[in-house]
Amino acid sequence: MAKTILAVDDSGSLRQMVAFSLNAAGYQVIEAVDGQDGLNKAKDQIVDLVLTDQNMPNMDGLTLIKSLRALDTYKTVPILMLTTESSDEMKAQGRAAGATGWLVKPFDPKRLIDVVKKVIG
Amino acid sequence: MTIDMSQFYEVFFDESDELLAEAERLLMALDIENPDPEDLNAIFRAAHSIKGGAATFGMTDMTEITHVLENLLDKIRKNEMALTMEHVDAFLEAKDIIKMQVDGHRSGGKVDEDVVSEMKAKLQLLSEKGTSPAVAAPVVAKAAPIVAAPAPVAEVMQPAVAIPEGSKKFVIVLPELSEKDVSNLADELSLLGDVTRVNDAENKVSLTLITEEGADDIVAICSFVLDPDDLIITEQTVDQAVAKASTNVDDDDGFGFFEPVAIAPVAAETQDEGFGFFEPLENKAAIADVVPSDSTTEAKPAATQVEASVEKSAAPKREAPKPVASAETTSIRVGIEKVDQLINLVGELVITQAMIEQRIGAVDHVLDERLLNSVNQLTRNTRDLQEAVMSIRMMPMDYVFSRFPRMVRDLATKLGKKIEFVTDGASTELDKGLIERIVDPLTHLVRNSIDHGIEKPDVRLAAGKSEAGRLALSANHQGGNIIIEVSDDGGGLNRERILNKAKSSGLPVTDTMPDAEVWQLIFAPGFSTAEAVTDVSGRGVGMDVVKRNITAMGGSVDIRSAEGFGTTIRIALPLTLAILDGMSISVGSEVYILPLSYVIESLQPESADIKEISGQGSVVKVRDDYVPIIPLHQMFNIEPKYTDPSKGILVVLQVEDRKAALFVDGLVGQQQVVVKNLESNYRKVAGVSGATILGDGSVSLILDVSNLLRSSRQLHADTATH
Repeated sequence: MAKTILAVDDSGSLRQMVAFSLNAAGYQVIEAVDGQDGLNKAKDQIVDLVLTDQNMPNMDGLTLIKSLRALDTYKTVPILMLTTESSDEMKAQGRAAGATGWLVKPFDPKRLIDVVKKVIG
Repeated sequence: MTIDMSQFYEVFFDESDELLAEAERLLMALDIENPDPEDLNAIFRAAHSIKGGAATFGMTDMTEITHVLENLLDKIRKNEMALTMEHVDAFLEAKDIIKMQVDGHRSGGKVDEDVVSEMKAKLQLLSEKGTSPAVAAPVVAKAAPIVAAPAPVAEVMQPAVAIPEGSKKFVIVLPELSEKDVSNLADELSLLGDVTRVNDAENKVSLTLITEEGADDIVAICSFVLDPDDLIITEQTVDQAVAKASTNVDDDDGFGFFEPVAIAPVAAETQDEGFGFFEPLENKAAIADVVPSDSTTEAKPAATQVEASVEKSAAPKREAPKPVASAETTSIRVGIEKVDQLINLVGELVITQAMIEQRIGAVDHVLDERLLNSVNQLTRNTRDLQEAVMSIRMMPMDYVFSRFPRMVRDLATKLGKKIEFVTDGASTELDKGLIERIVDPLTHLVRNSIDHGIEKPDVRLAAGKSEAGRLALSANHQGGNIIIEVSDDGGGLNRERILNKAKSSGLPVTDTMPDAEVWQLIFAPGFSTAEAVTDVSGRGVGMDVVKRNITAMGGSVDIRSAEGFGTTIRIALPLTLAILDGMSISVGSEVYILPLSYVIESLQPESADIKEISGQGSVVKVRDDYVPIIPLHQMFNIEPKYTDPSKGILVVLQVEDRKAALFVDGLVGQQQVVVKNLESNYRKVAGVSGATILGDGSVSLILDVSNLLRSSRQLHADTATH
């Protein structure tokens, strides 16, 4: 069965690009427009991987990661941050929140798929 | 697998438009002294999102400016810098410029590069200003880091070039130069350190230089060959000290996994791709397998991949459109022609429904009870369907109103006026077709109010008014109309000078004309084009066009003005043009449709309630009100069944604040009618706004109530003056 990925980003075009690329690579993608939406959708269905933007309205990426990690069902699910910042500060925060890794924007579809494959095969 | 990125462009453009509009709205509303942090965050996010998208989709020009903008906004939202009016002005300007870039990418619109680079410089400068001089220098160098155009490309193309301690890596973006100049320059620069040449997506040439020298030295060398102003020099902000401390050497490259120190070596290798893991993945073995074997060849695939994408953007080729995953979770975009077709079909359905309803009257109510029930249900469903479909076309007035705050602000600043701009009823809905057509007339009226209506602060103070003028834009529903008002508390119209101008233009005027009619003079074609009048009346060029546009939409314009106190222009428009609730009435052998929204009540008057007013027709007493009677048969010259109002029926109509009683033979019924344009099928007929097909298939005319009321007044006025 195809693995399911939750893609959380407030930018519709980015979301569409991510979803399209991952669909093309054989993954199922659930889209969410911000952290809150992402959290709700993650609760509705346990996914195999979460990709989240950091800077979003309503709930930012770090808060989303912390909230997910607080759930029993998301203790071990890999979570990648998609971020334009790759500063050490940001990484320290990501690590502390419980993220599995990061991917710096901009990225192209191929790189995204490569990284996702590394994580969930 | 290649994925054609251009398929996402349109979504990105739309998104950028929305973000820019939202940012502008927030900027306009910002309290400079005490800005709401949430608003600042939202504005920052807008710049941030556009930057992210632009970088992903390879629109480097937009990445550059949004990056500088984002930096500045970031400082402000983090309270490192106080927000000033200058900032807001610059942000608004930047918004316009980014919009220009979006349009440039979208439809090949013209992009003025000079303006773009000026803006960039301005934002840079503002960004430096607020920081203390001690920190200023590094900030300058940093100002466009991850940034700028070819930087990401350059970086990936030669990944993991170790930068010696004490050295810095500069990216120098060159203007258009001959091949020879470029190589000369590269030679010269190689005196300073290691030079690498990069051609980016737009065939711009840039050089990366790893050197111990500063940016000043680079500029000095370059200035032999070119104007240093044309250069963009950015320092790569790899914070080497930090990078060294951690195992993540080149972690700027794009992705990584956060890992415990135990498997740090793997981490170091994966860094090249710019991602990382904080923690060991579930399946360590798999990583150990995949990653190290990859690591040796890591650099190469990355490079080819970028080259591939460079080629692609150089010669974009569109693949057959693939089904795009649904991105819009809350709305869908549909072509307007589909909506119009839907409305048309519902229109036909409403007619068919009316026919069935009429025929059903002939069946036996007892025997066919179930049929009757079904038809009743069909009637309800049809009406609900029609309402639902019509609502698709309805848009809030905010669509129009939201474009004014910026215009008012800019124009007021330009003219040295102070204006407080308020809107009311922005959520009032209006048909999309109308809302788009009202934009231009409204813009014209608002412009006039600012330009000629509201006085300069000193004049206002001298007149005992507040320094800032007030300009209000409002919309609300009244009956079947939407009323839009533009009002200002400026100088008002000057009656005398309008009359003088009218006389000299040969218009038929008298000194005793009521104000309302004097004001209407400014709508006369050609009247307002004379400069003297623009100065005098303050209601400038093209008012006749405004009036014509609004009349063409089935609306009307009225002016109220008091000299010294201001002017209010009131536009009344029908809500929608396609379907209306009608009351059919009969006169003689004719059946007409009255738009139900104008009808207040129908009554059969006692003869005692009808009074003749000499030369002014007759009036009827409706409760405590006297309402003029309009005999419809006189207006249309038809032979009626009754000539005595007490025998027939009076339908009391209200148009805006005027009432009249239409004298007809009888009421036929109420029904929904689909408006068919009479003008395009026949010609314009006074007192008639359109035609429709009745349930029995016959054609009936729809009365233009406001026109009827006006012409009846005219009739009375004419008889009165004689």
